[in-house]
Amino acid sequence: MTRVHVSDLVKDYSIRTGLRRSRLRAVDHVSLDLVPGRTVALVGESGSGKSTIAKILTRMEKPTSGTVDVRLDDDTPVQGSLYRRQVQMVFQDPFASLNPFHSIEHHVARPLRIHQRTRTAQETHERVVEMLERVNLTPAEDIAPRRPHELSGGQRQRVAIARALAPGAQVLIADEPVSMLDVSIRLGVLNLLGRLQREDRLAVLYITHDLATARHFSDEIVVLYRGRVVERGPADAVILDPHHDYTKLLATAAPDPERVDRVSLTQEGTDRGDIDNSVCYDHFAGEWQEAGVPAAQARGGAAARSTS
Amino acid sequence: MTNLSPANEPSLVDEAEAEEVARDRAGGAPRSGWRMLLPTMTPWLAVGLVLVGVITLFGIFGPYLVGDPRQIRDIGLTPPSADFLLGTTQTGQDVLAQLAYATRGSLQIGLLVGVLATALSAFFGIYGAYRGGFADEAFSLLSNVFLVIPGLPLVIVISGFVPRESRGLWTIAVVLAVTSWAASARVLRAQTLSVRNRDYVAASKVSGEKPWRVIVVEILPNLLPVIASQFVFAVIAAILGEAGLSFIGLGASNSATLGTMLFYAQNGFALSLGAWWWFVPPGLVIALFGMGLSLINFSIDEIINPKLKNLRQHRRRARKAARLERELARAHRRSRPQEPDAVREADGAKEVSAR
Repeated sequence: MTRVHVSDLVKDYSIRTGLRRSRLRAVDHVSLDLVPGRTVALVGESGSGKSTIAKILTRMEKPTSGTVDVRLDDDTPVQGSLYRRQVQMVFQDPFASLNPFHSIEHHVARPLRIHQRTRTAQETHERVVEMLERVNLTPAEDIAPRRPHELSGGQRQRVAIARALAPGAQVLIADEPVSMLDVSIRLGVLNLLGRLQREDRLAVLYITHDLATARHFSDEIVVLYRGRVVERGPADAVILDPHHDYTKLLATAAPDPERVDRVSLTQEGTDRGDIDNSVCYDHFAGEWQEAGVPAAQARGGAAARSTS
Repeated sequence: MTNLSPANEPSLVDEAEAEEVARDRAGGAPRSGWRMLLPTMTPWLAVGLVLVGVITLFGIFGPYLVGDPRQIRDIGLTPPSADFLLGTTQTGQDVLAQLAYATRGSLQIGLLVGVLATALSAFFGIYGAYRGGFADEAFSLLSNVFLVIPGLPLVIVISGFVPRESRGLWTIAVVLAVTSWAASARVLRAQTLSVRNRDYVAASKVSGEKPWRVIVVEILPNLLPVIASQFVFAVIAAILGEAGLSFIGLGASNSATLGTMLFYAQNGFALSLGAWWWFVPPGLVIALFGMGLSLINFSIDEIINPKLKNLRQHRRRARKAARLERELARAHRRSRPQEPDAVREADGAKEVSAR
């Protein structure tokens, strides 16, 4: 069992336009916790910093400031190659995340070999077949020698999940794992992720822009807007009782077939107006907090400035 | 996890996918990674392979079958005869024997330069682009500098600078390789920049692959068609370049190549004396070898740019459909006109071909 404590994560990108340099703050003091057996959904529009957080968590990017603290049950910090074994990621686009040159077996076998989960070729092959069967890719013996272009999007994403779990990962970062898939396949892949999470007691960070699947799939929702957390809380509370203007906007932007009186979509849900991302509603604390500041200062800071 | 019960998991969704699996499986045996890299056989490719194969075999085994190319006889400039299939030179040397040794020499230098230039361009192009930052800047500056250096004059200067005694096969090969890798390196750099940002490269890094493995195992295979094409082109360029150098008398001193043959033919006034058997064979071997490699290169291009392949497949499919239609129409005419099955069949075929 592994837990992740992310605190005050900041990521700045420097942008050069001609001679002028400017700074873009992609992630601004984001804190969150990933606990075994629970799913945290990170919701927000494109450019809100979701994928940057995923990249920092998988150590593809270094944070400008802030810490990612991963610890095992006995409180030993996870570092070095152990980090790669513990924290794995499922990428958004299954058509891009598998190397077209290599077989499915290669994709699942490599993590096993790198992290010395298996020793002999025979053992590796057996383990690969076992992994493929776990993600419902049957008959696995038949699928293993194939190459990615021979599989459908859903099957590829299953391979990507098998690859992520192959090193024995306890923390799974799923970056919009179903957004590129056919609607009819999405539920299957999400159910698979859910089952694996229950079986292995994984800590999952589910990154999405889709509130419906976020509520369906996760226990806690963190809403991100322009790099800052603007609302967080239990999944149902955030969806059913949104406090922040941006969350309300997201909720109304999702088409709801039950609503008869809805205004045309072109008017509704597109008007950004002047949404304030300096405050954050925390459903756990039941109060407004200041966003974009270190966690220690946030509490109570925005109570006076709250808009509602 | 909320209310997703495991009981409903093998649902319709999975069945739909299972169907897809079944359909895929019917599509034929899986092709391995290496198989995919091979170009599909076309008449052009076949002609290219035959030309290159025959000339290569001639270069490898020819020298064992002919006599000494340097042996001087007192029958200068005899036209082709039963004794000397390609006639003799001014000093009575057997042109066929010379051609065999010269072909071997040219192939050696072509292969050597091809390997050297490809290795240089792969190193500077791929490694720089993968590392990014300073390495990339430095390497691309270097290849840009080499790109703007006028190749042939530099080759002439370097070859002229090295004293004739020490100007061997390797010297010429290195000189040609150093002046010809830059363009390929730039292409590889561009391609690597595109490949290294793909998700599967990121995914393999996340799984903990070491950088050299990411380059060699994950990135390199996807560049192989480009590299193969560049290699073939480098071989052509090297053979032509060496022939040019030898022709102006700056070639390797200790080896016989097609270029040196042409050089001696020119010096012996073969053209003005009408001794076509002296200069046509080496010229023809160069031209045919270049043509063969180019034809192979076009087929490799199809792997790099699958659009070309699709175009050909479309044409073939259209031809096949047209043929089928003609045959069915003929069968239809032959059978009784009122036969309902034949009519339906012919209509069906028309529909197929219309698609």
